[in-house]
Amino acid sequence: MTNEPTMQAGPARARHPARRGGLYLATALFVVFSALPFYVMLITTFKTQADIFTPTANPFWFSGPPTLDNLRLLFEQTLFVQWLWNTLLVGVAVVAITLVLAVPAAYGLARIAGGWGETLGIGIFLSYLVPPTLLFIPFSKVIAFLGLQNSLWALVVAYPTFTVPFCTWLLMGFFKGIPRDIEEQAMIDGHDRWSAFLHVVLPLALPGLMTVVVFAFTLSSSEFIYALAFVTHSADKTISIAVPTELIRGDVYHWGPLLAGALIASIPIAVLYTFFIDQLVAGLTAVARD
Amino acid sequence: MARTRSPLSLAQRDTLLALGMVMPAILYITLLLGIPIILAVVYSLNDVTTGGTAMRYIGLENFTALLDTPDFMRAIGNTFNITLSTLVGVLVLGTIQAELLMRPVRGKWLIRFLILLPWTAPASLSAIAWLWMLDSTFSPIDWMLRGMGLLGHPGALFGDFDNTFWLGRSGLALFSIILVNIWRLLPLGTVIILAGLNGVPRDIVEQAQIDGAGYFRRLFQVILPMLIPVFGVTILFTFVFVFTDIATVFILTRGGPANATQVLPTLAFFTGVQGGSLGRGAATALFLLPVLAAVSILTLSLIRRREI
Repeated sequence: MTNEPTMQAGPARARHPARRGGLYLATALFVVFSALPFYVMLITTFKTQADIFTPTANPFWFSGPPTLDNLRLLFEQTLFVQWLWNTLLVGVAVVAITLVLAVPAAYGLARIAGGWGETLGIGIFLSYLVPPTLLFIPFSKVIAFLGLQNSLWALVVAYPTFTVPFCTWLLMGFFKGIPRDIEEQAMIDGHDRWSAFLHVVLPLALPGLMTVVVFAFTLSSSEFIYALAFVTHSADKTISIAVPTELIRGDVYHWGPLLAGALIASIPIAVLYTFFIDQLVAGLTAVARD
Repeated sequence: MARTRSPLSLAQRDTLLALGMVMPAILYITLLLGIPIILAVVYSLNDVTTGGTAMRYIGLENFTALLDTPDFMRAIGNTFNITLSTLVGVLVLGTIQAELLMRPVRGKWLIRFLILLPWTAPASLSAIAWLWMLDSTFSPIDWMLRGMGLLGHPGALFGDFDNTFWLGRSGLALFSIILVNIWRLLPLGTVIILAGLNGVPRDIVEQAQIDGAGYFRRLFQVILPMLIPVFGVTILFTFVFVFTDIATVFILTRGGPANATQVLPTLAFFTGVQGGSLGRGAATALFLLPVLAAVSILTLSLIRRREI
C-alpha cells in the first residue's frame, strides 16, 4: 500500500478488479483497432505468394513457412531504395530551408516585435490552414514556369509553404518560454541583440529546434498531393506516392512487396513522429490559449 | 561588431531587426502561397487547359457549369458527409480513448506508440494497408466474418457471398472511407483532448467529488465544459484535414464505384490534372475555400474569445 502511486485520478476505483479488467479490455479494443492494419502488413510481408493468394488461409498468421521473397523483390526488382533516397534528400533540403526561414522569423515575432508580432504570428499560423488541395493545380503551373517539373526540386520549393508557417508557430511558443532576463543579461555583458540570439537563446531553444527538424521532415516525407501532381517520372518519386502509384500497376497488385514497402517506409517516420507528438499538440492547442 | 553611433534609438533598431528576421519567411510564404491562390482565381474564371497556352475569359461559367453537373453536386454531398461523420466519430471515440489513457496501465509507451500509429504513419501508405483489409477477395475482415459465421452462407448477416465487397458497393464504400478517416484522425483527436484533460485543475474535480457529484456528473458538468477550447481545436484540425484530404479516396476507391465516394479534392485532381481542364479543376478546388474560411474563423474566434 505504501508504494502505490497516488498521483492518478481516482486510484481507489481503478484498483477494483472488475473495473481494472474493463479498463484493460477497452484499452485493448482501441489498440487492436489502431494497430491491426499494421500487424497484417507485418505478417503479409513475410508470407509466401501462395499463402497470400489463398482466400481461405489465415491472414493473421502463417499457413506456410515465412519467406524473405517479398523483401527481395522489393529491394532488387523495384526502385524502392531510390525512392527512399529521394524522400531523404527532399526531407533534408526542406528541413534546412525551414530552419533558415522559421527560426529568425519566430524569434523576431515572439521577442522583438511588439503587439504586431502576435497578430502576424496568427496570420502565419492561418496560412498553415490553406491546404495544398486548393493550390496544387495553379502551383503546378508555377513549378513549370520555374522549370522544375519532374524534379525533386519542385518538392523542395513547395514543401516549405506548409512547414515554415507551422514551424514558425511552434518555435514562437518555445522562444516565449525562455526568460527575458537571460538575454538581457547577455546584452548587458556586451552581446548585441543578434549575437545574444545566436549564442544565448538558440542553445536554450535546442528542444524546439529538434522538434522543428522532426516535423519538417515527417511532414515532407508524408506529403501526397504536391508529389502526385508535380512528379511523374518513376525514378524521381518520393516514397509516399511511389508505393501507391508504382507498385500498383493497373489491376495487378503485387500484395507482398506492396505491403512490405508501405510498412518499411511507415515505421521510421512513425517512430520519429511519436517522440515529438506532445510538442505538436502543444503547438496546435496554443491557438486556443493566447 | 561595429559599434557605430547609430542615429536610431534602441527601439527603432529592434523594430528593424525584427522586420529583417521576419521578412524572408513572410516573402517566401506570400509569394509561393499568394501567386497560386491568385492563379487559382484567374484560372477558375477562364477557359484554360494544360496543352494550350490560350486563356479565354468566361466569367463564372466554370462555376455555373459545375453546379449543373450531377457528379459535382454528388462530390459536395460526399465531402460534407465524410467530413461531418468523421468529426463526430473522432470526437466521441477520442474522448473515450483519452479518458482511458488517463489511467495507469502497464506498458503505456507501447500502447501509446500503437494507438498513435494511424496518425504518425504517412496517410498514403497506411491507406494501402486498408486497401488490403478491404480487398474484394482477400479481405482479412471478410475472413474473420466468415469464421464467425456472419458471411458466406444463406441468411448470414453480411450476405451469402463469400465476400462483403467493402469498396465495391456504393453505401459500403462510403462507410469504408469514413471508417478509415476516423481511424486515421482518432489519434490526433485523442492527444489533443488528452492534453486538455491533463490541464483540468485537480482541485476543482476533487471539490466536485467531495460535494457529492458522481462520475458522470463530474464528467459532463465539470470536466467537459472546461474542455470546450480543446474540442474547438480538435474540430478545427479534423475538419481541415479530412475536408481537404485526397490520399484516402484516391488510393482506396478513386472516387468509385460510379462516383459514390468522389469528393471535391479528388474530383479537382481528376478534372484539373488528369483531365487537363485547369480552369474547371481550379474552380472545383476553390469551392473548398469559403467553407474552410468560415469553419476556421468560427472555431478560432469561439475558442480564443473564451480566454480573453
